[in-house]
Parts: sequence; C-alpha cells; structure tokens
Amino acid sequence: MIITEQKDFSDILKMLERQKRVFIVGCAQCATLCKTGGEPEVLHMKQRLEDAGLEVTGWVVLDPACHVLGDKRAFRKQREEIEIADSILVLACGNGVQAVGEALNRAAIPGIDTLFLGDIVRANEFQQRCTMCGECILDKTGGVCPVARCGKHLLNGPCGGSQDGKCETNPDEPCIWEIIVERLKADGNLEALEEVTPPKDWSKATDSGPKRLVIDR
Amino acid sequence: MTQMSEGSERSDIQQAKSHLQQTLEKGKFAVTAEIWPAKGANAQRVRNKAAILKGWVDAVNPTDNPTAIIRMSGLVTSLILLEEGVEPVLQLQARDRNRLALQSDVLGASAMGIRNILCLTGDHQSFGKDPQAKGVFDIDSTQMLQAFKRMRDEGLFISGERVKPRPELFLGGAANPFGDPFEARVPRLAKKINAGAQFVQTQPVFDLERFYKWMAQVRSRGFHEKVHIIAGISPLKKARVARIMQEKVPGMLVPPEVVERMESASDPEEEGVKLAVELIQQVKAIEGVSGVHIMAAAWEKIVPVVVREAGLR
Ligand code: SF4
Ligand code: SF4
Repeated sequence: MIITEQKDFSDILKMLERQKRVFIVGCAQCATLCKTGGEPEVLHMKQRLEDAGLEVTGWVVLDPACHVLGDKRAFRKQREEIEIADSILVLACGNGVQAVGEALNRAAIPGIDTLFLGDIVRANEFQQRCTMCGECILDKTGGVCPVARCGKHLLNGPCGGSQDGKCETNPDEPCIWEIIVERLKADGNLEALEEVTPPKDWSKATDSGPKRLVIDR
Repeated sequence: MTQMSEGSERSDIQQAKSHLQQTLEKGKFAVTAEIWPAKGANAQRVRNKAAILKGWVDAVNPTDNPTAIIRMSGLVTSLILLEEGVEPVLQLQARDRNRLALQSDVLGASAMGIRNILCLTGDHQSFGKDPQAKGVFDIDSTQMLQAFKRMRDEGLFISGERVKPRPELFLGGAANPFGDPFEARVPRLAKKINAGAQFVQTQPVFDLERFYKWMAQVRSRGFHEKVHIIAGISPLKKARVARIMQEKVPGMLVPPEVVERMESASDPEEEGVKLAVELIQQVKAIEGVSGVHIMAAAWEKIVPVVVREAGLR
C-alpha cells in the first residue's frame, strides 16, 4: 500500500492562506490504514480548520481517491459544496490528489505527504519493501529486495560498510544484503554471490519518466 | 573541415601498462598512498602533496568526494598528479555518476594517460554535508569493473556501442575483509575478479587476526594468483581517531588493544607511525599480499616517514 503522513498543520494553513472556504477529500483505502485520510482524520482536519477560522463547505471520503471516474461520480452528489469552496484539500496520496484534481478539473491541494510503497509490519508500523523498479528480481535475491531496501540499491552487495547486520546508511535498518546472504546460505547457494548481476534497466523504474499501462481485456 | 583520421585501435598514448601494473606483475612489493584533494579551487595544494609523495610510492589515489564531502574532482586531481610526475590511481564511485558519466570519464582518463582505475560504490550521501543529494547508484562497483573491462577488451560500451580506440586500463576494486557478513567477503572478491578486477585495495588493516583469516580463504581458492592484493594501512594521528574508526565508521574493525595502545601513548603521532610500520611488516610477510596502500587522510606528509621506516624505499 501507499504510505502517507500528515503534513504539519502550519504548512497546510500556509497553503490555504487567503482562502476562506475549504472542501475536504479523504480516501477509504491506504490513507485510512495510515490514519491520514480516513473519516476520523477528515473530521479532525475539519475541526482544526474551523478553529483556525476557515469554513469547511463539506467533506467526502472516496473509496478510493485514486479513481478518476469514481471520483467524478461521487462528486456529483456534492457539486454545490465543492463549487463554493476556494480550495479542495485532499488527504490522500499524490495519486489521489491528482485524480481528484482531474475529476474536478481544478487544482487540488495535498494535505499529506506520500512517503513510500510499504507493508504494514505491525499495527501503526509501515516499512518500505518495493520501489517499483518495473522488473522484479526477488526470485534471485532470496525474496527480499535490494533495490528498495539496500541504501545503495546494490545488485552485487553487500557493500564494504555492512557490519553487525546493520546498514551503513542507517543503523536502524538491517543490511538487506546480510539477509540475502543468510537466505542463500540456507539454500546452500552461496556461490550465487560470485555471479555478476549486470546493470539494471532503470528505464522501467517508477521515476524514469511518465508511464501508463493499458490492458486489453 | 579537415579529414579526421579514424585513428588506430589503441589510445593515443602508447604506453599500455602503468608503472603500478608493471611493478605488481614483476612481483615487486607495491606501495600506493591516498591523498584527499583540496576542498577549494587550488591546484597548488595538490602539487604540494605530489611533491611530498613523489619517489616514495608507486602510485597515488586521489579520493573521489570521500565520505560524501565535496573535494576537487578526482579526474582533475589525477591530471595534476600526472603533470607532477606522480602516477595516479583514479578513483571513481557510483554515488555521483551514472553509466554515461563513468564511461566518459574513463575515455578521458585513458586518453590523457591515466591507466589505473579503482571502481567503488561510494559512501552513501547521508554521511556527508549534502544528505539531501540524490544518490545515483545507477551501476555498482562490480558492474563498473565489468563495463570498463568490456570497453578495454571488447571495445564496447555497456550499451553495445563501439569504443574506438579502446581505453588502456588497469582495473581495481576495493575489498573489505572486515565487513559483515564474513562468509560473503571472499565470494565478493571472487565476483570482482570475475568482473575484471586486476588489483584490490583493502580497507585499513588493524585487526590482523581477521585479515589472516580472510587471506587464508583467499589463498585456499587461489585468488591471490588472480588478483594483486594491496593491504590498506592507516597511520593513526590521534587516539580519538582510532576510537571513532571503531565506533563510527561502518565496516571497520579496530581491536581494543590498538585503541588502548594509542590512548596510553605519550606521543600518539609517533605511536601511530610505529603501529603502521609494524602492520606493514606483518602484512608484507603474508603470502599473497602484493603491496600496501597507505591511507593517511589529510596527513600525507607522514607517508614518506612510514615508507622509510618500514624499509620499503
Ligand atoms: S525487485 Fe523491483 S519490483 Fe521487485 S520488490 Fe524490488 S523494487 Fe519491487
Ligand atoms: S550496508 Fe547493506 S543494505 Fe546498507 S548499503 Fe551496504 S549493502 Fe546495502
């Protein structure tokens, strides 16, 4: 899922400077699980904005926010509340903010920061696992991802800074290559460490440029 | 426009083998040293460092934005060293450059007579003064070795485009016998040899036990005959440095005896030199060690002292 975190309220107020009326949009999926854009957060945001002297014309929690057509349909029921609003504040990931903007054909404002694609490892704790490189290699790395979880995206790790199972870039994180080595060892396949993994095709990766996918079924 | 000749298949500078490569191939014990390029636009400081080291070492590695802190370009520093008659080992890391920049730097380096290239992944940007920087890490040190070897031996870039003329290169990598997991350390050396490493320079040796153990594994697989192993030696200037290295530098092992020895020394600088000299003599005696790489950080002036006292020159 997409992991998000609420922006500082003062930053949100700055974005809403010189605005009087705000319509709030939340998301029933990832942002709800991250407690950034579910109904309780939307209502809490409404309260805080009102306390700060703004008028909240209405709110909705979309399911999900990142669905342009679905958003259009949902917004029909609240056309007026949306039209009188000076700003649309979206408590959903960056996709959601843009889908809402596209559905309404006007700029929407992000109330939360989109951090990473992650797993829920326990209640209230999320960890990054995949950076959407476009060509999954988990079959070769013992099922754990060095692209996302090695500080240097090494395909031929571990680097020289790996020590005591910790990553040199962040002692709070494990060296993912140590885990890969453990798994290879458990499979009796340590020789795999001697094969050179060739350069990766980063043109497939998520941040290499605009992407779209059309499926024909 | 005048007709440009296609040129020969070889680079314009004819001498193919570097002095370092020749030294190692002759089986002579090699000495290299590291210098930290200036943190300012000043070539004279590099020339001064070159003057200190000239005649004492076989080659000098200018570090490439070490610990992710900006210093003068390693390529330019290498050119200044060449002008001063000191053979450089160009260090290139993957943090600051993608495959385009790296391969283009190699062409320029070879064209200007730089042969020795050390391929590194690089310290993570979070270590330095610009933790907000975007780390490149397009290809890693192993892939870099493989790419440069292919440029030299097959005349092809990573893309498959032809390189003409081909660069002349002596390729090296880093090896860290002190990092974890230990069982990955020799396979990783094997991987670098497979990729094209002709020499490796190791992280500084302080923990001899660990180094002996690593070298025994290296010899048991015959790798000391496939790659020249140059052991890192870091003369300590202050006791504090020893402690910081042990506690803060990832992938370093400094045994408590070493820290204590430095802490109880009446003259830490002298003790640091003594320790470095002892370590040189100890690693020199190990079968399969082909040289030492003296990493004195910004304390370059101590290098000739260490080299002389160790009886290397
Ligand atoms: S290899 Fe790529 S797709 Fe697979 S988990 Fe890692 S980043 Fe995600
Ligand atoms: S310590 Fe491990 S996870 Fe961290 S950068 Fe090095 S190889 Fe990658």
